[in-house]
This record gives sequence, C-alpha cells and structure tokens, in this order.
Amino acid sequence: MYEAQTIDVAVIGGGHAGCEAALASARLGMQTVLFAISLDSIAMMPCNPSIGGSSKGHLVREIDALGGEMGKNIDRTYIQTKMLNTGKGPAVYSLRAQADKTRYHEHMKHVLEQTPNLAIKQAEIAEILMENNTVTGVVTASGAIYRCRAVVLCMGTYMKSRCLTGETITESGPNNLMPATKLSDCLKQMGIRLFRFKTGTPARMNRNSLDFEKMTPQYGDENIVPFSFTNTPEEIQREQVPCYLTYTNEKTHQVIRDNLHRSPLFGGLIEGTGPRYCPSIEDKVVRFADKERHQLFVEPEGENTEEMYIQGMSSSLPEDVQIAMYRTIPGLEHCEITRFAYAIEYDCIDATQLKLSLEFQNYHGLFSAGQFNGSSGYEEAAAQGLIGGINAARYLQGKEPLILRRSDGYIGVLIDDLISKGSTEPYRMMTSRAEFRLLLRQDNADWRLTPIGYEIGLISEERYQALREKQRLTEEEIARVKAQTIAPTEATQALLEQYGSTLLKSGTKLSDLVKRPELDYDKLAPLDTDRPALPAPVREQVNIQIKYEGYISQQMKQVEQFQKLENRLLPEDVDYENIQGLRLEARQKLNAIRPRSVGHASRITGVSPADISVLLIYMEQQKRKG
Amino acid sequence: MLQHFLDDIIAAISTPLGSGGISIVRMSGAGCIALADTFFRGKRPLTEKKTHTISYGKLIDPQSGDVIDEVLVSVMRAPHTYTTEDIVEINCHGGYYVTQRILQTVLAAGARLAEPGEFTKRAFLNGRMDLTQAEAVIDVIQSKTELSRRAAVGQLEGRLKKEVRAMREQLIDMIASIEAVIDYPDYDIEEETYDSMEQGAQALLSRMDTLLAHADRGKILREGLQTVIVGKPNVGKSSLLNLLLEEERAIVTDIPGTTRDTVEEMIQIDGIPIQIVDTAGIRQTGDEVERLGVEKSKAYAAQADLILMMLDSSRPLEQEDKEILSFIKEKHSIVLLNKSDLAQQLSIEELSQFVPKEQILSISVHQGSGLDALMDAIKNMFFSGMVQADEDALLGNVRHKTALLAAREAMAHCLETIRTRMPEDFISMDLQDASRALGEITGDVADEEIIDRIFTKFCLGK
Repeated sequence: MYEAQTIDVAVIGGGHAGCEAALASARLGMQTVLFAISLDSIAMMPCNPSIGGSSKGHLVREIDALGGEMGKNIDRTYIQTKMLNTGKGPAVYSLRAQADKTRYHEHMKHVLEQTPNLAIKQAEIAEILMENNTVTGVVTASGAIYRCRAVVLCMGTYMKSRCLTGETITESGPNNLMPATKLSDCLKQMGIRLFRFKTGTPARMNRNSLDFEKMTPQYGDENIVPFSFTNTPEEIQREQVPCYLTYTNEKTHQVIRDNLHRSPLFGGLIEGTGPRYCPSIEDKVVRFADKERHQLFVEPEGENTEEMYIQGMSSSLPEDVQIAMYRTIPGLEHCEITRFAYAIEYDCIDATQLKLSLEFQNYHGLFSAGQFNGSSGYEEAAAQGLIGGINAARYLQGKEPLILRRSDGYIGVLIDDLISKGSTEPYRMMTSRAEFRLLLRQDNADWRLTPIGYEIGLISEERYQALREKQRLTEEEIARVKAQTIAPTEATQALLEQYGSTLLKSGTKLSDLVKRPELDYDKLAPLDTDRPALPAPVREQVNIQIKYEGYISQQMKQVEQFQKLENRLLPEDVDYENIQGLRLEARQKLNAIRPRSVGHASRITGVSPADISVLLIYMEQQKRKG
Repeated sequence: MLQHFLDDIIAAISTPLGSGGISIVRMSGAGCIALADTFFRGKRPLTEKKTHTISYGKLIDPQSGDVIDEVLVSVMRAPHTYTTEDIVEINCHGGYYVTQRILQTVLAAGARLAEPGEFTKRAFLNGRMDLTQAEAVIDVIQSKTELSRRAAVGQLEGRLKKEVRAMREQLIDMIASIEAVIDYPDYDIEEETYDSMEQGAQALLSRMDTLLAHADRGKILREGLQTVIVGKPNVGKSSLLNLLLEEERAIVTDIPGTTRDTVEEMIQIDGIPIQIVDTAGIRQTGDEVERLGVEKSKAYAAQADLILMMLDSSRPLEQEDKEILSFIKEKHSIVLLNKSDLAQQLSIEELSQFVPKEQILSISVHQGSGLDALMDAIKNMFFSGMVQADEDALLGNVRHKTALLAAREAMAHCLETIRTRMPEDFISMDLQDASRALGEITGDVADEEIIDRIFTKFCLGK
C-alpha cells in the first residue's frame, strides 16, 4: 500500500454514468479522478449501437440542457439519426441516433482527458475508506491509496459479473472485460444491500457475410435535429448510414424450441432477475408461441468496422445453437458471427438505500449512479451520473443537493422511481412513467433545465442568454399570434381548403386556427403577413404552446397541486418508529426510504393517505415545539 | 394524490345521519362562500353577507333549477372559524335523502369530499388548536379511516368492485396499446384506429354512466331502496304493507303503480327512503296462474335491492316456497315468518337450510309484533353502522361516486380528444386520468400495470 494522491472526488467506473459524473464534478471545480478497469472501455457501448429512442431521447436532451456531455458526444459521432413518433403528439417525439461506437468512446475519452481538474486512471478499486460513516478515500487493487472526501460509484454491470452462453460460464464483465471482484465484498461488509440482476445482448456479425438484398433498409431523417441544444442541424449534417430490417421464421423458432433445455435461463443456471423489456429470443418464442415471426434490426456498430449488431435477438443459447438459429433468417443464411450473444449477471444495489441526491442515506460523501443502481440503458445511467457528480461536488462545497422533481423532467421521474419504489428488475425509462409528460417534452428540455444548469455552474453565461432570447422571442410571438385576426378573404379560404379545414364565416383569431388539428403555425404563414422571421426552435415552441394550450394548462394545474406537498420537506433525522399514529408498515417503509418531502412519502407503496395526515400533524407539532 | 390537497374546498355532512330534525352540511376553504352562491338563493348573495351571520333561503340544483330544500346558511369568514378558513354551514331538514342530495350538489359545484377528520386536521395545521390536542387529532384520523375503510370494503364487495375492475382492465389495455407503439415505434404493432378507439371509449363511457345510475347506494339515494314483498297468496303480504304504511314514523306518498298488478309505496325508515312494491295484485287461483305468480315474483325480485319473503308459519313449506327461497338466496333478502301467534308448522331451523338464520324473522302482522326487528334488519343490511355513524360514515360511498364521476369526466374528454383527431398520446393521457380515478376506488396504482401489460400483450425488446 502507498499514499498516491489527495483529491476531492473519486468516480469509480468509466461508463456512461462515470463519464458524466466525473465531468460534472471536475467542471464544478473539484479535483476529480475517474478510475476504470480499462481505459479502452470508457463510454463503451457494450450492447445496442444507439443513443436515445422513446423517452431515452428525452433523458439525453435533459442531460444536455443541464450541461452534461452525452448529447454533444453523440452529435459528433452519430451515423444515422431519426426523430421518432412524429405522427404522435409533441410529448412523445423522441430522438434516436445510431452511434459509431468506437468514435463515441474515443471522443468521450478525449473530452475527459482535456477537462481541467480531471484525471483518468486505469485501476480497479478494491476498497472504500470510511471514518465515522464518512468517505475518506479509496484503495486500488494494487494498493494505491487516494484520499478523497466523496466517491461516486458507477460500476455498471461489472460487479462480480459472469457471462453465460449455453453451458459456458465466464467470470467476466461485458464484452469479455475483467469484472470487478473485490468491491462487492467491501460494500457488503459496510452493510449495503445488494441485488443480483441479469440482462443480455445479441450476436455481432461481419456485414460481408450478410445479404442485404433480402432485408428492408431503414434510413435516417433528411431534416435532422441535434441532441444538443448548442448545435444547429447545419453544423452536424453528414452522410447517413442505413440499418436493415429482417424477420425470424418458423424454422428459427423450431431450432430454439429444440434446444431450450440447453439455455441457462430455462435450465435454471441463471439466478438473476431478467427485465421484462429485454427478453431473449428464447423468451419471445416461448411466451409468444403463436407469433409467426419476430422483427430483427441489423445495425452497424460503426463506420470503420464491418461488425453489425442484431437487435431483437439477444440470447444465452450455446454457440452451435446460435449459429444454427441465426442462419435460418433471410439475409443471415451465411452469417459469420464475430461475437456470440450472451446473458450477463451482476451485483447491483437496492436503490432504496439512497437519498434523492443519490447519496447513501447512511454514508456521508458516498454517492451511487447508473446501472449499479438497478437501472438499464446508457441514457438512464448517464442521467444519474450527471446528478451524482453534481451532488458530490455540491456536497463538498457545502451546498444543498440538486434534486429534480417529477415535474421538472424525466431525470426527476427516473431517480424518484428508483429511490422510492425499489425495483426487482433493471429499470427502463418509459414515457408512461412520466405523469406530466406533456410538460416534459424533448423540445423544451432547455426551457425547463438550462436555468438550473446555469445556476449550478455547468451552463455558460452565453448559453443562458441565448435561452433567454429564445424565450423572449417565443413569448412575444405567442402574444402577437393571439392578438391577430384572420379575415375570411379568398386567399384564406383557399388555404383552408387546401388542408381540408372548415372555411371561415367571419374574422377568426389566428391562434384558433393554429389549434385546428389539420393546421399548424407554419402552414398558416401565407395568411399571416406581419409574421417576423424567427428561428425554427422558436417557431416550434410557438406552435406547440398555442396548439396544445388547453391540455398544457390542465397539466400545469396538476403540477401546482403536486408541488404543494413536494414543498413540505421532512427533516432527515425523523425517527418514524416513534411517531404515534403511523401504521406499522408505514413506519418501516418510511424509516427505510427516508423520504425527502411529504409528497415523496405519499408515493411510497404502503404509505396511506391517513399516514400522510399523521405526518403533516407531526411536522406541525415539531414546528411549534421548535 | 387527489386527497392530499391542503387548501381546496372540502365538504361533509357534519351531523349524525338519519336522526331527523336538522342536518348540517359544512364546507371549508378559500372560495367556499362564492361557491355556495352557485346553489343558494336568498335575499342577497352570501358573498355580501357579514361574517358569522345566518341567512334564510332556498337550496337549488343549479342544473335543473329545482328547489331541493329550504335552508339556513351560516357564513363564517377566515380567520375566526374552526378551521381558520372560510366556512359555510348549510342547515337543512334532516333525513338521509335530502342531506345526501345537498352534499352531492355541493360536491358537484366543485367542493371535494373531506377526508376522515380533515376539518379537525386543518384546524390543527392552521394553528387553531392547542398542541396537546394533536394526538387526539391523530386518533380521530386513524379511527375514522378504519371506519370508512370497513365501510369501503363492505361496499366494494359485489358488482361495483367487479365492474370498476373490469373497466379499469379495459382502460389499461387501451393505454398499453397506445403506449407500446409510442415506446417501440419501430415494431410492427397493430395500431388501433380512431374508430375502434372511439368505440372502446364510448362503450366505457356508457358503462360508467350505467354504473353511476345503478350503483346500489346511488340508486337508493335517488329512488329509494327498491323493496319487493313476495310470497304465496294469503300469507299476509298486503297486511304487512298496510301495517308499514300505518306506522307513525312512516311518511307515505302514493306513487301510481307501473302496472295494474302492483302498487308501489314510498316510506321512510329513520330517513332512509324505501320504495315498496307489493305484488298483491297477482293473487289468483288456479295452477296456471299460480305458476305465473312465481315467475312474476322472480322477475320483481331480480330487479329489487331487497326482497321480503313472507311465509305462513302455521302452514308447512310447499314446493313453490322452496323455489322462491332458492332464488332469493343470492339477493339481499329477509324471510318473514308470519302468523307467529298461531300454532307453528314451520321453524327457523327448517328454513335455515335455505337462508342464513340472521335473515329470518318471526313476525305477526296481525298483532303488529316483530316490526321493529324488521326495521332494524333492513337498516343493518344496507346501512350497517352507518345510520348511527357520524359525518364520515358515508365517505366510502360518496368518494367512490366522486372518483367515478372524475373517471367519467376523463372519458368524456377522451371521446372529445378522439373525435377531434388529436394525436394518440393525448388520448392516452385522458385514459390514464380515467384509470387513475378508478384506481382510487379499487386502491390500485396503474403505473407498473401499464408497463406490465405492454410487455405481456406485445413481444418487444432487444
């Protein structure tokens, strides 16, 4: 053992959570070191080669709006991009980009290397040093002691992980990387409760062995939208690469059914809980026995590689079965598998041990973020990493933690769910989890969160002023549109007829026309002769805010009610065991989760409305005594 | 989450129910005086009244303009009130039906039904009460919650629960279909058309309307407890009816029978309205007609809330008695052994193989004995513990109705959203509002259920 260095914050793990945590901490002025078992796996994408998608795209835009890195990094390294759900309402528009995995990793690593106050080191952390339940340092497997006052755990799926392909079990992290074998025991000794979760990934193939004539190409959007609010479409425009669609068939399913007994999942070798939304192809064939075919998306892993990812077909069947099964698929008849599919099992924590700041309830300065908290997905991990890094820094600066509410963003929903509900399977973000989703749109993430990022210190003055300008222009234009009346002239009627809209009998408010489902702000431009020239993001805001005004204000009222109980903060040191009038179950749950506010308490399963009344009275009692 | 609001307008009946005399419906919260003006018609609006004054006037149904009752309304302005908020108290003419109707009017105007002990809770939270009283407040909240929980559990048995669950299932199905497409836009999930969604929403809306119209208690409130007296000829059915009508406390109104065969009478037992259908008109002789009598009894019994089956205890049980006994078993029913003053051929023991003992009463219509026991049995069966209970006693009931109304409103909005061809996620938002409201009745939270449904219904994922 030797004394290596004294720093402020140690981030353990270099995945998507670790990168955001380290960058946020360093950018907020903390001397930060990010430790990773291999620096070649920084920001690695061990599963799907894409960032974003439904609700995950929201998370990325929110990360960007707060001053995180993921959005910028994917804008630089994407090879295809698409706005999903454009046929649906604005709340569920969602960006998704295919990434060049290698470039994504390289770029992120380079950003880390160039960031002041930040160092990256290749080392496995074996132990966390604590005094009086307060972090004092970390020790590497090779005996180097780094003295620090805050730690962010971002170990992802590496903790005591093992990979399974049929009967073959390898003690390894994802992608054959070394697992972290030592830290689990240290955490267990500290009294931290661990779960064992499971997930999986499909095979990769050499594209030269595939026949794309038999598949349907899937192209990106012509008019692209960047993830980062700091980029314009022009700045990141590029040639895009297609993905391909193909299907399984009865032969594929037969091969799988014939070999089910060799699957570790069905054979009982796997102990971990698998997620509902990440079923292996074996799962799909068994659970949806009457489905004749399943979709597969063949996606490039990058531009300087021939490897393709087979989305929709993760598996833990033995290698020989995998070869047979993939080769039944049109276009994949002669496939050469470069990496086989596998299932992976790993240790993660029961996230109900954390506070909403992502700090452990019982350990000062110890934070935890990412897949290690029981979530899944790069975006969910990055979002937590960002909050963990920000709060580690704020903890050392003696500032109140940043806690985003469910009404602030998907990040708020994600963390609130993880901490209050506890999960029995990896947690995936879904749009239906956000009860105020009409307000939490991907288009207004900057509007919602950039002021917060500015206040924290991750957003520059320039960027903040640009947002203010966007808001000013939007508000002025909305006021103008609302005051504008359109006369039933010939030109008006002609335009309305063109869009199949009811003709006008008398002068009508322009804003009322914008609200018609078949019309929008841009379509009405020819009738609106006084219209100023405005940038696209402003026009988008004007359109959405006018068009869905009724629904939006309805949801804002719901938020107002919601906030009242969120604002009633509970002291951290309440002993719920001793509050007379609480039911037993409520006492236990409240003591375990230690909610931050009365609103937070009301979302804990097992806490009834009557218990909430008791809490309110208890707080009033304390206030008067105090 | 609805029940956690801290400063909206709450309302409840604050006097024991059904005891006659005067009942009070109390409202508290900023804006409640102006709210009361929407259904109070006096010399001057309440908003112009001084604090701590009483005004005479009429309470009307703002929808129809019908006068519900003549009332005295107290206006007390913040902060010198029990809760320290504005308070309005409506003094009305006792009675279960009128008081409930006034409460419904107040709630329809925009007040929310108070939680157990909520007036007291607000008084405390607003600094009105002494610290030493806090523990008493907590006791009140917990014990009243227990009471209403039991009432709610009782009510949830049977059709309401089953129907609400079934509707909620369907809502979650519709939500999952929309959400699956949103969360997995690349997958070939069959999308619901606007037409099929409109059909589904319309069907649900109709079911909610039906439930609202027929939900047992709601129906009782409006139309009275539908009671039918069945039994063979000459067992004393008409005499029982006459006796009930002669009772001093019974208030009688004549409603013409819907058919020539029946007579319908409205009486009240301790303020509970009871509508009695006497099947006396079907008293005939001859095998054919006798057969008809049994069928007719069955038909009435099928629609009734309560069946009173009369038997002549001086005669042995016959086949047609057994037949009627076997079909009333599933219903709320009371078997009356009449002619207890004569020599007995029929015992409670013998009958208890058909109907639980506690539903069998001996009675002598001739002597007028056993009538009190019958009244008590009716009260116990439908308002067990409720008639004596206090302001929160009917909470379960009214809250369910409030939740059902909220669900209905969300469904109506949903239909509008579908008809104006708004994007699917707006439809989903309305459906989720409706499912959340129904979840308040069944105590279920939809979030995870929706996600579960997405993955059980559709095959998705990497």
